[in-house]
Amino acid sequence: MSWFKRNKEGITTSTEQKKEVPDGMWFKCPSCKATLLTKDLAENRYVCSDCSYHCRIGSEEYFEILFDHNEFTELDANMTSGDPLQFQDTKSYSSRLKDAINKTGLKDALRTAHGKINGQDLVVCCMDFEFIGGSMGSVVGEKIARGIDYSRKHRYPLMIISKSGGARMMESAFSLMQMAKTSAKLALMHDEKIPYISLMTDPTTGGVTASYAMLGDLNIAEPGAMIGFAGPRVIKETIKRDLPKGFQTAETVLETGFLDFIVDRRELKEKISTLIRLFAN
Amino acid sequence: MFAVQTTPCMIFLDFEKPIAELYEELKNLQEIQSKGKIDVSASIREMEEKIEEERKKLYSNLTGWQKVQVSRHSERPYSLFYVQQMCSDFVELHGDRNIKDDKAIVGGFASLEGRTVMFIGHQKGINTKMRQYRNFGMANPEGYRKALRLMKMAEKFNKPIVTLIDTPGAFPGIEGEERGQAEAIAKNIREMFRLKVPVICVIIGEGASGGAIGIGIGDKVFMLENTWYTVISPESCSSILWRSWDFKEKAAEQLQLTAEHMHRNGLIDGIIPEPVGGAHNDPHAMAGILKDVLIRELDALSAQTPQERINARIEKFCNMGVVVE
Ligand SMILES: [Zn+2]
Repeated sequence: MSWFKRNKEGITTSTEQKKEVPDGMWFKCPSCKATLLTKDLAENRYVCSDCSYHCRIGSEEYFEILFDHNEFTELDANMTSGDPLQFQDTKSYSSRLKDAINKTGLKDALRTAHGKINGQDLVVCCMDFEFIGGSMGSVVGEKIARGIDYSRKHRYPLMIISKSGGARMMESAFSLMQMAKTSAKLALMHDEKIPYISLMTDPTTGGVTASYAMLGDLNIAEPGAMIGFAGPRVIKETIKRDLPKGFQTAETVLETGFLDFIVDRRELKEKISTLIRLFAN
Repeated sequence: MFAVQTTPCMIFLDFEKPIAELYEELKNLQEIQSKGKIDVSASIREMEEKIEEERKKLYSNLTGWQKVQVSRHSERPYSLFYVQQMCSDFVELHGDRNIKDDKAIVGGFASLEGRTVMFIGHQKGINTKMRQYRNFGMANPEGYRKALRLMKMAEKFNKPIVTLIDTPGAFPGIEGEERGQAEAIAKNIREMFRLKVPVICVIIGEGASGGAIGIGIGDKVFMLENTWYTVISPESCSSILWRSWDFKEKAAEQLQLTAEHMHRNGLIDGIIPEPVGGAHNDPHAMAGILKDVLIRELDALSAQTPQERINARIEKFCNMGVVVE
């Protein structure tokens, strides 16, 4: 366990190696094509000030957005993936892992932290999409399991921020069983009546959606996030017809009844701290 | 009970070509014999033994991909066959009480040697028309919700649950997504951990990913010898990781998806042996073997308290995974 205290400069420098988070001086919005200063975009929680497009960001940015003064204790910070199957496709899994660690500066696709949000305790497990597509392997499952145990032990509310392409194939059935492991811990938490908020961000798919992401007491999402079980390409190939407009977007998932609400990232912290207060009082 | 005369399956997979050829020879000998001019009965017996030898040899050394092929054999027994063979008084129960009745998952009470058991299983069709009707064993959310409804009812009346898993995956369709495929599977997984009654899961064919684990949380999880269970089919894995459909054999090997691998990796509790030549070669014998295992395991699980079972169930799955610290 280590104690992190970062200032704003620290955050912008370390994002340099990252692909997902805009890093140049200027940022062109992929949605409305507006050109914005990256600094302004960051100030605006990585939301386009013209069209409210939500850029993909990682755990570092979410922790900064959520935790008071960006102060938090990271849990299990040094956990990395084993390679139980010595998996080899066109590349070995072990070298894929090494590359991902070097490229992103992350240890795996999820980080857990405990901190204060407007003075109230919160445990956050946040996925990082840039680490092998935010895929769920043993580390993601184990860190969530331990994050839940930490929440249960201290009776702190839990938030999991999902952003994932699904299972990590290179861990095969070990990856599949993380759906079971995380859901088992959530079953315990469920019975102990500790609030769990699941925030789905773009994209949340596959085994992640079909386990912890859909098991929140509250299931919420960022605007425009793609949320689904099967990928759109697979569905299209299976049913051999076009998909309806807005299919698998947060807005549609809200309409079909599987989300409690959609939250703009600029209001995320306030909304979450209000909820924690409502659960507590 | 009466003994069922079973004839070996005559539909051969590509790797079974040596057996198919021996059957050709056997057929020729039988023709000669039937003409009555020469007595070749000794050669026929010899040939029959040779076929059995060859089958045993072939099936003792199947690759991952070959086991995937066996698990998908068109003559392989499916859930309803097993329930009907093993039990009496099977009453099928339908519907999720919300949207509809999913034909890809079946369930109901049955009597297993006098003990009432809730059986739930994926169901594939036995011919072209039925395969469509069963949606090839690919369930929609209402299938998983029907399964959960039946599990909760079993719990209410203190009856053990047996799930039979055989699916190429949960159905990837528009309606399924709109009705919450992911939510249905997620909720089943969580709720199966909380069931107070004994739960046994058996992979009887294909155990593909979320579609399989959606009814796959048990005190005991078994795989029949020639089945597979993992997070993705070898074909899809090949297309994603190798960007080509041509590496399915390699993907099957890398994924370690066979019962043997899954057991060695500590991800299942045991392997249930199949008759020589696979379950499809002697479905009745297979049902007999499965029945014996279920009775034995249900007896053992019934000796534990609900809390002991739930704790052990949770602990078992929580120990799965390999991390470095
Ligand atoms: Zn914009």
